Amino acid sequence: MAEVTYLEAIRQGLFEEMERDPNVFCLGEDIGAYGGAFKVTEGLQARFGERRVIDTPISEAAIVGAAAGAAHMGMRPVCEMQFIDFISCAYDMLTNYVATARYRAFLPCPMVVRGPSGGYVRGGPFHSQNPEAAFLHTPGLKIVYPATAADAKGLIKSAIRDEDCVLFFEHKYLYRRIKEEMPAGDHLVPIGRARVAREGKDLSIITYAATVWKALEAAEQLEREDGLSVEVIDLRTLLPMDDEAIVATVKKTSRVMVLHEDTVTGGIGGEITARINELAFEWLDAPVRRVAAHDVPLPYAPALEDFVLPQTTDVVRAARWLAKY
Amino acid sequence: MARIDVIMPQMGESIVEGTLSRWMKRVGDAVKRDEPIFEISTDKVDAEIPAPAAGILAEVMVQEGETVAVQTVVARIETEAGAVAAAPTAAAPAPAVAAPVPAAPAPAAAPTAATPMPAAPAAPPPTPAALVKSGYGGVANPAAPAAVTPALASAAAVREAPGANGGAETAEERLRRKSTPVVRKMAAEHNLDIGSIPGSGLAGRVTKNDVLSYLESGTPAAAALAPPAAPVVAPAPAPAPVPERVVQPAAAPSAGAPKVEVWPGDRLEPWSRIRKLTADHMIMSRRVSAHVNSFFEIDFTRIAGIRARKKQEYADRGVSLTYLAFITKVIADTLRKHPVVNAAVSGDATIYRRDVNIGIAVALDWGLIVPVIQHADELSLLGIARAINDLGERARSKKLSPDEVQRGTFTITNPGGFGSYVGTPIINQPQVAILGVGAIEKRPAVITVDGSDTLAIRTMGMLSMAYDHRVVDGADADRFLKDVKSTLQSFPESSA
Repeated sequence: MAEVTYLEAIRQGLFEEMERDPNVFCLGEDIGAYGGAFKVTEGLQARFGERRVIDTPISEAAIVGAAAGAAHMGMRPVCEMQFIDFISCAYDMLTNYVATARYRAFLPCPMVVRGPSGGYVRGGPFHSQNPEAAFLHTPGLKIVYPATAADAKGLIKSAIRDEDCVLFFEHKYLYRRIKEEMPAGDHLVPIGRARVAREGKDLSIITYAATVWKALEAAEQLEREDGLSVEVIDLRTLLPMDDEAIVATVKKTSRVMVLHEDTVTGGIGGEITARINELAFEWLDAPVRRVAAHDVPLPYAPALEDFVLPQTTDVVRAARWLAKY
Repeated sequence: MARIDVIMPQMGESIVEGTLSRWMKRVGDAVKRDEPIFEISTDKVDAEIPAPAAGILAEVMVQEGETVAVQTVVARIETEAGAVAAAPTAAAPAPAVAAPVPAAPAPAAAPTAATPMPAAPAAPPPTPAALVKSGYGGVANPAAPAAVTPALASAAAVREAPGANGGAETAEERLRRKSTPVVRKMAAEHNLDIGSIPGSGLAGRVTKNDVLSYLESGTPAAAALAPPAAPVVAPAPAPAPVPERVVQPAAAPSAGAPKVEVWPGDRLEPWSRIRKLTADHMIMSRRVSAHVNSFFEIDFTRIAGIRARKKQEYADRGVSLTYLAFITKVIADTLRKHPVVNAAVSGDATIYRRDVNIGIAVALDWGLIVPVIQHADELSLLGIARAINDLGERARSKKLSPDEVQRGTFTITNPGGFGSYVGTPIINQPQVAILGVGAIEKRPAVITVDGSDTLAIRTMGMLSMAYDHRVVDGADADRFLKDVKSTLQSFPESSA
């Protein structure tokens, strides 16, 4: 079977779900005839028609609001944010309306909001964001952020079938850089379950999305140069978080780095660290160490972007410190 | 429920016994932790002794007026430590916190649990911290670990250090005491004394792996019960790249430095990076080089005159003209003629330096730094004076760049600036010589005027040079200094 990119895997997932369930439909800016800014929805309108692949005005609040209404009526909308950075325009809809609808009015919101996220692509401050932490704090939402093509497909399908709103972050750096064969059949990855991306025994790196690959690179280097055995945990779902997987790796290695591409202050790393303290403090042999982006808007300049975002060398350096502690 | 021992504390180094002067509680009374329960008097002090744990005063073995040896059990407190221990365990959110407290009482675990936390190093110890007899000797019950909660285990793990010397802990113990949660947990489970396990972490910290290999090496319980004072053999720390904020691993404690007690009221200040670097460098230099010193007395009267006449001219150009500038200038010029003093040692070979780069030691509030005047022999007196001013100023404002403290070939230090008559400096490795400048001041001296000796008031000062006798022999050094002396004493005014 041919290898499939991360991007193509998401399209396959959308396609299969739209085939399976006539209630599934997509809406977003330029997703129809144009196929989306990154071509994730290319070919969908030709196959499913304009009523199921809808080009909308440029209003994220309207896209999410319309989707919420449709979801209440039994549909399964999939909203595209042209860049996930613009999801902040729909913040009110998502946090005040969608996230609370079931609690307030017994109104289910089975919908997906997806979009290209993340940096390492010289996109500057408006086209590189990772806004997951802004939503992690809102009860009523689920957040998914896959790192592999197979997970991207399995998770978009699970997200569409979920009975509540799922924010589905896609990493644009990974769109066409990684590919793999897709598992056969109706491939579903459960929401809320992390994955061990690499087994190890000396220290753990807990991460997700593009930095999973940085962690794996660093693990290779650390094994080669330092003889360190590094475990890498790919969270895949950020909300609800897989505490069991986190505790398991802490117990195994006792030394933990939390790595993410989002800025450090108020980032998910802090939440993970707090959970480790609460659930597995007595298994720690070193302080939990965060490696994340500096607290600045992401610069355009390549050298500055490289500096601000966590790189493999940063991971290696922090890992050596942890291993030595 | 468990009973823990209350012992006659050792109230000082030389005290071997104490008299129980008064019971403040009766058998059956409830006591709070740290509440005074009896009074003692010894040769030196009278003191109230606090309860090591909360509970009921269950037994009294020593009556008022009796004198007993230190460490004698004087009473037992019936604690609810078992129940107390269970509570946090159950409340802890950790899914994996061990099994419920075993039905069988764990009497041995309880004393450990109830051990008072050691006083902070600076806190005046009201009494020696360890009132409980034997933390580890008692913890022999294999059923106990399950009941030991992390907090209690940590208390157990740390108590050995202060207990060992009757109160204060040493700097090394303080560092080693900073064990991590998992290490304390494992130590409690295996009845280990953390202080007796060789540590490989930062600053000799005992890591999880250290505990594991200690357990694997098959020396557990017996060794664990050895007195904590047993010498600690720590492997030399591997030089690993560490972030700036992390203190460099301390030199192996096995180097033979004595363990030193912190006394009450003392301040314990870990070394700054510059202090640590300086300390290591000084020891290294003493070890590497065969230090020998030569001393020459210089008549600076002529230079004093030149300096007085030229001072204003230099000041107008923003430069302060010091004796050090003259000396540096003459040293730089003279080094050219004596390459063996401007050299370095590499293995079994001498490197004769092409360049003359003179380091000038600058004392800062936070340490010592040696900025280097590159190609000093190519500079005029003015250039040298300006360089000394500039480097010193930027050393104080922390604006030196790294390459300005490197590639020195000879160093001058100026203890005379602080009034020292003469000094015996330590060579700045890998150089082979360092010049110390003593105080320059008016002193009586014998001079010859028109063929007759007379006593005169002259501006005099000592130069001392420490040199590495591996490559610089006494004759070499003295010839060099003799040249320096005569050039200084006949310094041409036209060169100033």
